[in-house]
Amino acid sequence: MGQLIADGILTGAVLSLGAIGVTLTLGILRFANFSHSELVTWGGYFALTFVAFAGTSAETFGPLSFGWSFVGAIIVAGIATAGLALLVDALVFSRLRRRRAAEMTLVFASFGVALLLRHIIVLIFGPHAVYYTGTLQFAVEILPGVRVMPDQILVLALTLLFVLGLHLTLKFSRLGIAMRASAESPDLARVHGVDVRVVIRWTWAIGGGLAAAAGVFYGLTVQLRPEIGFALLLPLFTAALLGGSGSVYGAVIGGLIIGLSESLSVLIIPTGYKQAVPFLILLLILYLRPRGLFGDVAK
Amino acid sequence: MMGYVSYLSFFLTLALIYGIATMGLNMQWGFTGLFNAGVVGFFAIGGYAYAIVIGPDRPDLVGGFELPFVIGLLGALVFSALAALIVGLATMRLRSHYLAISTFGIALTIQLVALNFESLTAGNLGLIGLGRPLEDAFDTPLGFNLFYLGLMVVATLVVYGALQLILHSPWGRVLRAIREDEEAAVSLGKNVSRFRLEAFVIGCSLMGLAGAFYVGSIGYISPFDFLPIVTFQIWTMLILGGSGNNRGAILGAIVVWGVWTSSGWLISTILPPAWQVRGAASQVILIGLILVLTLLYRPRGLIGERVTVSSGARLDDG
Repeated sequence: MGQLIADGILTGAVLSLGAIGVTLTLGILRFANFSHSELVTWGGYFALTFVAFAGTSAETFGPLSFGWSFVGAIIVAGIATAGLALLVDALVFSRLRRRRAAEMTLVFASFGVALLLRHIIVLIFGPHAVYYTGTLQFAVEILPGVRVMPDQILVLALTLLFVLGLHLTLKFSRLGIAMRASAESPDLARVHGVDVRVVIRWTWAIGGGLAAAAGVFYGLTVQLRPEIGFALLLPLFTAALLGGSGSVYGAVIGGLIIGLSESLSVLIIPTGYKQAVPFLILLLILYLRPRGLFGDVAK
Repeated sequence: MMGYVSYLSFFLTLALIYGIATMGLNMQWGFTGLFNAGVVGFFAIGGYAYAIVIGPDRPDLVGGFELPFVIGLLGALVFSALAALIVGLATMRLRSHYLAISTFGIALTIQLVALNFESLTAGNLGLIGLGRPLEDAFDTPLGFNLFYLGLMVVATLVVYGALQLILHSPWGRVLRAIREDEEAAVSLGKNVSRFRLEAFVIGCSLMGLAGAFYVGSIGYISPFDFLPIVTFQIWTMLILGGSGNNRGAILGAIVVWGVWTSSGWLISTILPPAWQVRGAASQVILIGLILVLTLLYRPRGLIGERVTVSSGARLDDG
C-alpha cells in the first residue's frame, strides 16, 4: 500500500508536468492539443541524443545514476522541445489561426500532428525501448516497506522546483500577468497593450519545456519508448480537465490524483485495465463536475 | 489472372466497408461538427458484438450464440449505439473538446477489454472460425469474394441512400444549421444537444456496422485488427474525399485504402526485413501528411460539400 502510494506520487509528478502544458494550451490558445503528449516523447529522445553525443560521465552524483552530462541533457531537451513546439505552431496551428479556422479544426490538425511526431520518432530511433544509462541503482527504504530509487526522489524535487518557478512567473512577472490576462479574455488583453502573439509563443515554449522535463523524468525512472506520448495522452488530458482547464495548480493536483488512482487501482481491478482508470475518472468528472476542481466555466 | 480479380474484389470489399464507417464519421464531423477521436473503438465494438452473436458455441467462452448473419449485424448496431450513448450523454452539453478526449478514452478502453476480457473475446488470440455468410454455397474463394463484394455494394448503396434521405429531411437541415450557427439554431427553439446526440449515435452505429461487415468478410477477429491507426485512416478518408459529402466519403475511402495497401506492398517488397518497422512508420507518416496537408491547403477535399444556400458562406472550416 505504502509502496503503491509512493509509486503513484512519482507517476503523478510526471503527469503534472505534462498536464500543465495541456491546461495552458486549453486556457490561452483555447484548443485541445492532442499532440502535446508527443512533445513529452520528443523531450525524452532529445535528451537521449545529447547523452549519446556527450557520453555518460564516468562520475555520477552520489547515489544517482547520472552525472553532469545529464544536467546538460535536461537543459538541451527543454530548449529543443520548446523549439519543436514553436516550429509546429508556425507550420500548422498559426496558419489555421490566421485563417480563423474553428476550434475543432485545430484539434483535428493536432491529431494529425501527433501521428506525424510519433512516427518520426520510430523512423529515427526505432521502435524499441531504450534507457539513458546501464547503471544499476539500489532502492533505498525511506519508510518501512516503501522503497524508492534515488533518481525518483530527485525527479520529485525537480518537479516541485519547476512548478514553484512557474507559479512565481505567472504570479509576479509581466509575462505571467499577460498570460493570465490572455487566458481570461484575449480581446481585453489586446486592448490593454498585451502582444498576444508573444504570449502565445511563450505558452508553447513553457509547455514544451515542461513536457521535455516530463519526458526526461519518465525515461529516467521508467524507460523511453516511441509510444510514451500515446500512452500519456489520456492521463494528461484527464489531469488537466480534472484540475479545470486553464488552472495550473489544478493540473498539478489533477496529475497527482490520476497518478495515485492508477497506482492504487491494482488493489481493486486487474492490472490489465490500469490504463482505463483515467477514462473512468474522466467520465465521473463529465457527469458530476464538468468544470473540474478549480475551473471557472465548462461551456 | 484469377488471382488479380480475387485480390481486387477483396480490396474493393474492404474499401467499401471503410467507406461505410467514413459515412458514419461524415454524419458526425461533416454534417454536425462533432469530433470523434475513437472511430476504431466503435468499429471494434461492432466487430466483437457480431462475432459473439454469430460465432460457434465454445465451452470455455461466454457467447457464441450461432445466430444468423442479420442478427449479428443488428447486435453490432445496438452495442455500438450503446457505447456512443455512454460518452454522448456525458459530453453533448459541454465544449466540443470533451467529446474528442472521451471518444479517445472509450476507444482505448475497448481495446483493453478486447485484450484482457479473455472469457468473452479470447484476448490476443482472437476468435477464429467465425462462419462467413453463405460461405458453403460457393465452390471457390473467388466466388465468395465476388458475392461478398456484391453484398457490400448493396450495403453501401443502402446506407448512402438512407443517409441522403435523412440529411435532406428537416432533421438533416437542423444538423447543418447547428454546425453553422449554434446560437441561431437555439434561438429557433432547436434542442441542440439532442440533435447532436442523435447524429453522434447514428454515426457510431454505422461504424459498428462496418466493423461487423469487416469481421464477416475475413471470418475471424483479434484485437490487432483494431489498432488506433484505423481511426486515422478513416479520418484521412473523410478529409481527403471531402467532408460534408457522402460521395466524397466513399471516394476518399477507396483512394486512401489504395494508397495504404499499395505503399504497404511496396515497403514489404523493396525494404530488407531489418527496415520493415521503419517502413511501416513511414507509411503512417504518409497518411498523417495527407491529413494535415489536405486540412491546410484543400480544406474541401477532393469533392467537398456543395454550396447550397448562401454562396458567400465561409466553407474553410469544414
